[in-house]
Amino acid sequence: MPNLVEIRDLHFSYGKRAILTGLRMDFPRGKVVAVMGGSGSGKTTVLRLIGGQLRPKKGQVTVQGQVVHKLKTAELYLLRRKMGMLFQHGALFTDLSVFENVAFPLREHTDLPEELIRNLVLMKLHAVGLRNAAMLKPQEISGGMARRVALARSIALDPELIMYDEPFAGLDPISMGVTANLIRNLNTALGSTSILVSHDVQECFAIADYVYFLSQGKIVASGTPAEMLVSTDPYVKQFVNAEADGPVPFHYPGKSLADDLGLGARR
Amino acid sequence: MIGAKVLSKVGAALRDYVESIGMGTRTFFNVLGVSPGLLRRPRLIVEQLHFIGNYSLLIISLSGLFVGMVLGLQGYYTLNKYGSEQALGLLVALGLTRELGPVITALLFAGRAGTSLTAEIGLMKAGEQLSAMEMMAVNPIQRVLAPRFWAGVIAVPVLASIFSAVGILGGYLVGVQLIGVDEGAFWSQMQGGVDIWKDIFNGFIKSIVFGVAITFIALYQGYEAQPTPEDVARATTRTVVISSLVIWWLDFTLTALMFSK
Repeated sequence: MPNLVEIRDLHFSYGKRAILTGLRMDFPRGKVVAVMGGSGSGKTTVLRLIGGQLRPKKGQVTVQGQVVHKLKTAELYLLRRKMGMLFQHGALFTDLSVFENVAFPLREHTDLPEELIRNLVLMKLHAVGLRNAAMLKPQEISGGMARRVALARSIALDPELIMYDEPFAGLDPISMGVTANLIRNLNTALGSTSILVSHDVQECFAIADYVYFLSQGKIVASGTPAEMLVSTDPYVKQFVNAEADGPVPFHYPGKSLADDLGLGARR
Repeated sequence: MIGAKVLSKVGAALRDYVESIGMGTRTFFNVLGVSPGLLRRPRLIVEQLHFIGNYSLLIISLSGLFVGMVLGLQGYYTLNKYGSEQALGLLVALGLTRELGPVITALLFAGRAGTSLTAEIGLMKAGEQLSAMEMMAVNPIQRVLAPRFWAGVIAVPVLASIFSAVGILGGYLVGVQLIGVDEGAFWSQMQGGVDIWKDIFNGFIKSIVFGVAITFIALYQGYEAQPTPEDVARATTRTVVISSLVIWWLDFTLTALMFSK
């Protein structure tokens, strides 16, 4: 199956701080691929590089055969019309109603008649269970609902590639399960490709076809969820079983507590 | 050693300053470059015009009334010493149309609408709304900055005109109705002494220039703010400080150019 997105030898850094070092990833068409890892492992940066919001230091991201960072602005915007992105906190336009938020991409990129826009928006909102909240403002709905509205907005133009940045963060168990199923069902219904950035093991493993584990800007493990569940890789084991001890340190690197408290020098 | 450190800090500050000037200039031309696209959607400008113009109307009108009243009072005391209180109308009108109207309107606009624009754009950035727009293949400079910019450019001269008109009314109320300056002299001196091109039109041009400067400064400060509450707050303060200084500098330059013989 051809890949919709390919990442080759990708390096990225903020100033001197390296975020990604030599990534190689494939995202086949029609699949749900999860990118997992702890906080600060570079997951969201991968999404921003795919969307062309950041430029790599070295290497490249290819979407539909086009090298993203080499595209001109107009070409990049054309490519982005085929992408949808769900931001971690929804990023809804606070001055617009739920309905207008979902209608926004349709109004910006199409000349559809108002009646058709209305029907499309209501269908998208129905898919996320919020048709009856269409007239509310983002301030009037909960964080979980805002995420679902943002999901409806990201699929408004039926994109070929949908990127989800932490779609399960802060959701209650019911919303989490519903959102996970929604992502899987949307992927199937739209025939799109989904990239799921998350650290929620249970939900990701339930819906992903393939999983990449990222740590300190590198891929430390990859495979199907079933392979990951039985993996003996210490990083995967630590992550999947939520263990405090393992290759990923809980404490930010630096001096020990004893040194900081002046206990190290005592005899 | 200390000399090298100071030199390095001065160099870094200078480099940051030059970089910010360059970024500002580039953003300004970007705003102008994407503006023709707005002709297809004038509704975007009208919405912003309502938001930033209409909401500033009350404070501008009230300020204009009081400035005109004070001008009428002070002008009368001074002119009365020379027995020329009939020229009060002319003094009030010239003071307002040439200077006070454009300048005070611009300062009030920077404080009322400018800060609101900076905070709005800064918070949109902090809430990833601008990033979301970019990912939806919508240019935030065209969709967010440009309509607000043109709304500001249109609003400031209109508000300055209202300020001057209400100010003249204030001067009339104090000078004619309260103190008793001859009504005919008040209006006829004004009619005879105010030149539509040299005084009114030049004042109008001034307020357009102020509108361009303040609105762009406000938008740019919000657009370039770091997406944190502290920096959005700092950007709002910067809008008022920079706009005020730029208004005074532009006012002096334009006055020198327009009214020098």
